[in-house]
Amino acid sequence: MKRRIVSCLLTAAMVIPMLTGCGGSDLSKYPNGKLYVYNWGEYIDEEVIDEFEEEYGIDVVYDMFETNEIMYAKLAQDNSAYDVVCPSDYMIQKLIEHDMLKELNFANIPNSANIGEQYFEQSKDFDPENKYSVPYCWGTVGILYNQTLVDDVVDSWDILWNPKYNGQILMQDSVRDAMMVALLKNGYSLNSTNPDEIAVATADLITQKPLVQAYVVDQVRDKMIGGEAALGVIYSGEAIYTARENPDLVYVVPKEGTNVWIDSWVITKESKNVENAEKWIDFMCRGDIALKNFEYITYSTPNDVAKENIEDEDIKNSKVAFPDLDSFPTESYKYLGYEADRLYNDAWMEVKSADY
Amino acid sequence: MKLFKSKRSAGLMASPYIAWAIIFIVVPLCMVFYYGLTSADGGFTFDNIATIMKPGYIKALKRSIVLAIISTLVCFLLSYPLGMILASMKLKKNAYIVTLFILPMWMNFLLRTLTWMTLLEGKGVINTILEFLHLPTLNIINTNGAIVLGMVYNFLPFMILPIYNALNRIDENVINAARDLGAGTVQTFLRITLPLSMPGILSGITMVFIPALTTFAISTMLGGSKILLIGNIIEQEFTQLYDWHLGSGLSIVLMIFIILNMIIENLSDNGGNN
Amino acid sequence: MRKVLERIYLAIILIFMYAPILTLIVLSFNSSKSRAKWGGFTLKWYINLLSDEAVASALFNTLSIAVLATIFSTIIGTFTCIAMIGLSSKLRSIIMGITNIPMINADIVTGISLMLLFRFLHISTGFTTILLAHITFNIPFVMLSVMPRVKNINFYVYEAALDLGASRPYAFFKTILPDIVPGIVSGALMAFTMSLDDFIITYFTKGSGFETLSTLIYNEVKRGIQPEIYALSALIFVVVLVLLMIVYRAPQAKTKEK
Repeated sequence: MKRRIVSCLLTAAMVIPMLTGCGGSDLSKYPNGKLYVYNWGEYIDEEVIDEFEEEYGIDVVYDMFETNEIMYAKLAQDNSAYDVVCPSDYMIQKLIEHDMLKELNFANIPNSANIGEQYFEQSKDFDPENKYSVPYCWGTVGILYNQTLVDDVVDSWDILWNPKYNGQILMQDSVRDAMMVALLKNGYSLNSTNPDEIAVATADLITQKPLVQAYVVDQVRDKMIGGEAALGVIYSGEAIYTARENPDLVYVVPKEGTNVWIDSWVITKESKNVENAEKWIDFMCRGDIALKNFEYITYSTPNDVAKENIEDEDIKNSKVAFPDLDSFPTESYKYLGYEADRLYNDAWMEVKSADY
Repeated sequence: MKLFKSKRSAGLMASPYIAWAIIFIVVPLCMVFYYGLTSADGGFTFDNIATIMKPGYIKALKRSIVLAIISTLVCFLLSYPLGMILASMKLKKNAYIVTLFILPMWMNFLLRTLTWMTLLEGKGVINTILEFLHLPTLNIINTNGAIVLGMVYNFLPFMILPIYNALNRIDENVINAARDLGAGTVQTFLRITLPLSMPGILSGITMVFIPALTTFAISTMLGGSKILLIGNIIEQEFTQLYDWHLGSGLSIVLMIFIILNMIIENLSDNGGNN
Repeated sequence: MRKVLERIYLAIILIFMYAPILTLIVLSFNSSKSRAKWGGFTLKWYINLLSDEAVASALFNTLSIAVLATIFSTIIGTFTCIAMIGLSSKLRSIIMGITNIPMINADIVTGISLMLLFRFLHISTGFTTILLAHITFNIPFVMLSVMPRVKNINFYVYEAALDLGASRPYAFFKTILPDIVPGIVSGALMAFTMSLDDFIITYFTKGSGFETLSTLIYNEVKRGIQPEIYALSALIFVVVLVLLMIVYRAPQAKTKEK
């Protein structure tokens, strides 16, 4: 008995370093070091990562986050954990205000010229001097519904409160997106910091809760494709993909308006691989790469070269892929400061923990 | 006892662990208390702990306690008869039957939970079968029931094992003696078997109650994020809201309940010994 | 009659425990991605799984952490238990009190407290921090299982051995160690299991780009379950089952030899 245990332990002790030994050294394959990338889930064509690794000899460690808030908490905990990150507008503003980003050296990112001027213009809302961020994707938030399961006209956020669709509604599990739906439904600004308005929105979300099947983020897509729900709040970029997988699915921007967002690449303040991070951003801005990403993730690209080269005319001129922002009221999230953050978080907590 | 030449040599042998325990158990706990009792600007405050009384938070705490108690109870009611049956089988040779009941423990915890997601979902396996048989479908995913089910499924082995061990250790002669002295089955059970298995029951309760009280993965997966437990709130404070002070404050609240549980356990343990 | 009822009860519990796992195994061979319909038999999820680097490295991380944590915690735990005999009862109860903390405390609090510690010390999270955390929560399990054995050591035999002229180490290895080995084994086994199974503490002490099976699965679940995960479950289950059979076959073969 004793001997067997000792021999077990010894083998284990011997095997482990051996395994690590052969798995560890990638120096020959990746002479130019590492790059820690932190991006949204399902937000890149994975082949693009491989191409980047091959072309630049950089080992990419690629992690994904679900919401801006998760991303922020991670960076706040350890700013150097990632080199290059892709948050949304209001979160970039928050990162800038908390001095967590590094100024970009655009000389090292020549391909940023491919990005349409209007997107940099729009970015000034959260990055006033265009010093920190390079746009990656943009879009709106709307309702995705299944035509075979919904027979009402879907043109308003109100439909998410229709008891007919009990258990058929998917809401976003993220503070700002969920609150936005309720705020806009009541005709308030999606950046409201008025406690009364937030209270109304909160109460609305609590009333809605029994109808909601689940609060999810990335799962909305698969659940809608699988026909597990009738209505879901989703980002516009998923509309083309979901319609391709399940032709019954239609994306609408409600008449009350929506949030127009931009997700942009930024480099963290304490990044240890700044050069590699710049190469990454530059690579992402390359026309062919942006096109490849667009075709895979189908989120609206701000890259003019990529857009020019889209072969499918239907998609190129699609109102879904490239919506006309004048056709409905739009607003963008702003970082609202600590107090308002707390207000939103407490409200959301109340919704999530409410009985139903 | 002459195992050690002196107390000092024993102390020397224990010192690596003592150092380890101080660095990795005591100091981190102190940090939780430090964060929990200070505000972002560093001043002393009870606000973080008092936050538990806010509507959203207190509801989650109450729900966690109720669900954890139910799960523990269900686990106990399932495990005790099982433990008695197994113990009565006198499994000297083929103890693998016992292992069969704790085998799922070696499956990954998240895989075990995921199993129930797959089974219970609206278009999951169970409903597909029910539909096929033209029976009404089951809507329990994303409800408290699903979470209790997930907890019971996950933590059942933690209850079975200690109860079985305790029951198995009971000397048969004691039971026979009781019988010889004229005790009936019920009486033997209440006065001999149950008290003697008490330590096993208590450790089973702790091993189920605490993880059930503090889980966040089960409620996320089987509750569709619709059901918030205190564990979810604490997890969010750290991973999403980046409020370490509040997160730590709520952790302190959680620890109070754990200590309460411990005290109750010790009291009833002493009662059992008497 | 009673026997029959007992057997039925055992069967029901076993069905409750294994039916879900078997369902997953069946689904792992389903060529349709949907859980609701059977699209024919396929092995493609297994093929995908085996070529999946992320899963392979997560599996490797999980195993190496579990093995290393088990070795370290078993050694430290056992030595400490033996040392306890020679300590004053006051010190002993203090040590046991502290040791009980990670066992009684919620995993989430342990995880958070360690995260705070690592942040405070500016140790960047990753393999090392997870390993340290696992050793920390494993030691109590080892001690819990070794301690009762140590308490029941029959010192008369040990003293008799000394009286008969055995050296202290010799007497220790011949009289005391055999008594506590079963405790050490079950402690190590428990530590290994806890380590393999842990999600919460790993979740809070892991760093960027480092996943164990648990954290990988949690991420996958949030993104929508892929059938590869069913294949993974099936493989893990089969491995566990086979290991168990080996463990139980081995002692039987040995007793036969005798």
